[in-house]
Amino acid sequence: MDFNLTKEQQMAQKMYREFAENEVKPLAKKVDAEEYFPKETVEKMAKLGMMGIYFPKKYGGAGGDVLSYVMAVEEMSKVCGTTGVILSAHTSLCAAPIYEFGTEEQKRKYLRKLLSGKWLGAFGLTEPGAGTDAQGQQTVAVDAGDHWVLNGSKIFITNAGYADLFIVIAITGQVPDKRGRMTKEISAFLVERTFPGFSVGKPEDKMGIRGSSTCELIFEDCIVPKENLLGAKGKGFQLAMTSLDGGRIGIAAQALGIAEGALAETIAYVKERKQFGRSIADFQNTQFELAEMKARIDAAKFLVYNAAETKQRAMNGEKIRFSVEAAEAKLIASRTASDVTRRCLQLFGGYGYTRDYPIERMMRDAKITEIYEGTSEVQMMVISGAILR
Amino acid sequence: MKAIVCVKQVPDTSGKVAYKPDGTLDRASMDVVTNPDDLNALEAALQLKDKTGCKVVVISMGPAPAEGMLRELLARGADRAILVSGREFGGSDTFATSQILAAAINRVGVGPEDVVFCGRQAIDGDTAQVGPQIAEKLGLPQVSYAAEIKKEGNSLIVKRMLEDGFMMIRVKTPCLITCIKELNQPRYMNVKGIFRCFSKKIEVFDYDALKDDPLIETDTIGLKGSPTNVFKAFTPPQKGAGAMLTGDDAAAKLASILAEKHLI
Repeated sequence: MDFNLTKEQQMAQKMYREFAENEVKPLAKKVDAEEYFPKETVEKMAKLGMMGIYFPKKYGGAGGDVLSYVMAVEEMSKVCGTTGVILSAHTSLCAAPIYEFGTEEQKRKYLRKLLSGKWLGAFGLTEPGAGTDAQGQQTVAVDAGDHWVLNGSKIFITNAGYADLFIVIAITGQVPDKRGRMTKEISAFLVERTFPGFSVGKPEDKMGIRGSSTCELIFEDCIVPKENLLGAKGKGFQLAMTSLDGGRIGIAAQALGIAEGALAETIAYVKERKQFGRSIADFQNTQFELAEMKARIDAAKFLVYNAAETKQRAMNGEKIRFSVEAAEAKLIASRTASDVTRRCLQLFGGYGYTRDYPIERMMRDAKITEIYEGTSEVQMMVISGAILR
Repeated sequence: MKAIVCVKQVPDTSGKVAYKPDGTLDRASMDVVTNPDDLNALEAALQLKDKTGCKVVVISMGPAPAEGMLRELLARGADRAILVSGREFGGSDTFATSQILAAAINRVGVGPEDVVFCGRQAIDGDTAQVGPQIAEKLGLPQVSYAAEIKKEGNSLIVKRMLEDGFMMIRVKTPCLITCIKELNQPRYMNVKGIFRCFSKKIEVFDYDALKDDPLIETDTIGLKGSPTNVFKAFTPPQKGAGAMLTGDDAAAKLASILAEKHLI
C-alpha cells in the first residue's frame, strides 16, 4: 500500500480544507441547532465539481479517484457531520450504483444531473420491518405491462427531503432458491421525485446529524417507467449490498473526519484552558489521552484509505472485492469516532457539555456512524463471514 | 481576446516569519501562498472569461517551485500558465521585475481587446509599484485600486478606490488594471480543474526566451538592474491599544500622562 498522496490528491485536500473552513464550518452550528439542511453548501459543492468526484468526465464527473472523494467526505465531516453524509449518500448510494449497474441510457439521463449536482440523490432500502434483515422487504413492484407499479414505504432515507432521484429496492416476485424454496425476488428502481404516487414523509427528529434530511418514502400506486429498472430484474439485493460496500467507505470517512475534527478542537482547547495555574495540556492525563486518540485515529485512517484504494483497484478493472476492507474501515472508524468524541468532551469538562462548544454536537453526530449503512454488528458479520469461509 | 494575470508567490505572513542574518526575509523556510491581491486579479480575469469566453493567461516570475502555485491557478480556471524563471532575473527589485514581466507579456502578445490584471501589491514588499510600472513599459493605460469592473464594448468602466472616496474611470482596451480585495471573492480550485491541471504544460520563459526584447538588457534586470536595495526586513512591533480619555478634565488627564512619560 502506498500512503503517499498524489499531487492531485494533495491539491484536492488543500481545496477541501479551505472550503470546509470558510463555507461549511461557519454553518455547522445552525445546521445542528435548527435542523437546517445546508442547501447553499450543496450548491457550492456542485459548482466546484464535488458532487461527482470519482466519475469519468464523459458523464460529467470530475475525473478524480475514490480516495479524493473519501478525503472530501472526511474534510467536510471534520467541521460538519451533516455535510459529510449529504455528500456520501449522494455519491456512494445513488451516483455509484447508476454508474456501476445502469444502462448507457440511464447513465446519460441521470448521471449527468447527479454528478453536476443539479440533482441530489438518495437510496431507499430500509423499511419499518426490514433494517439489518434487508431480505424482509415489503415494498412491491408489479409489472403492469408498459410500466411498474410500486406500493409500500421506506424509512430513515438520507437526503430524502431534498433529493430529486431515489434508488428504490422492491420485491418483483417469487423465485426458488438453491434448495428449491420460494424466496423474494428483489429488484432496484430509479424513482424520480415527481413520479405520480410517490411522496416523502415527515423528517425524523434525530440525536445527531440533525441537518441531514432523514424521511420516510411512501409509494401509493407509484408509476415507474419500464426503462427505470436499475440492473437486471432479480438482482436488486446484490446491487444494494454492493452499493452499501461503497457507502460504508463514505461513512467510515465521515466517522474519521468527525474524530479528527473533535481532536483538533480539543488540542486547541487544552492549550488555552487553565486549571491549578497551568494549561490543562501540561497534565499528563491530557497528554496521554491526546496521544492515544491520535494513534487510534491514524489507525482508522489507514483502514479507511486502504478501503478507498481497494475500491479504486476494483473500479480500475481488477477482479477484487472490497467488502471486507469497507467493513473493517467502517467498524473501526465509527468506534473511534464515538470513543474519541466522548473522551474529547471529557477533556472539555463542563464547557464541553454546553452548546457553546462544538464537541457535544460531534459526540452526537458520531453515534450514527456505528448504526447506519450497516451497524457495527453487521460489519463484524461481514468480516467474520470472510475469515470463516 | 485574452486576460493576462500577473501573480506572485509570497511568504505566508500569517504563519512563521523568518529572517536571514543579513536582515532580509528567509523565504526558503517560510510557507508560501499566492499573493492575496493577485487572487482577486485572477478572479477578475475569470469573471471576464465567464462573460466573454476569453482565455486567461497567468504569468509569474519566480524560482521553479512557483510552478506549484501556477498549477493551482490552472485548477481555479486559468487556461495557460507561464513561469518566468532564470538565474539572470534573480535579485530584481520592482523596476527590474516590471521590465522582465513586461517583456514576458510582450512575448505572449497584447491584442486590442486584451486586459492585463495585477494585484494591487504583494504582501511581502507592499510596494504597489510593479503593476503600474508594467503598464508604463508596455505603453498601456492603467487604472489602479479597482474595486469594480464592468465591460462595455471595447472599454472597461472601473471604480477606482481612494482613501477618501472613489473615481469612476472609463478605460479603453488594451489596458492594465490593479485589483484590490474589495473587487471580488476569489473562487476555489475546482475538482475537475485539479484533475486536469497536471496534464497541462507550464511554459517556462527563461533569459534566452526574453533576451531579444528591447526591455531586457543586462543592466535593466536582476540585481544589477535594480536601483533599490533592501537593508533590513522586520516585523513591526504591535501597537498597544489606545486609552480613551473622556470627561471635562480630559485635557488635564492627558497632560498628566504625558508628563508622567516625560514627554512634556
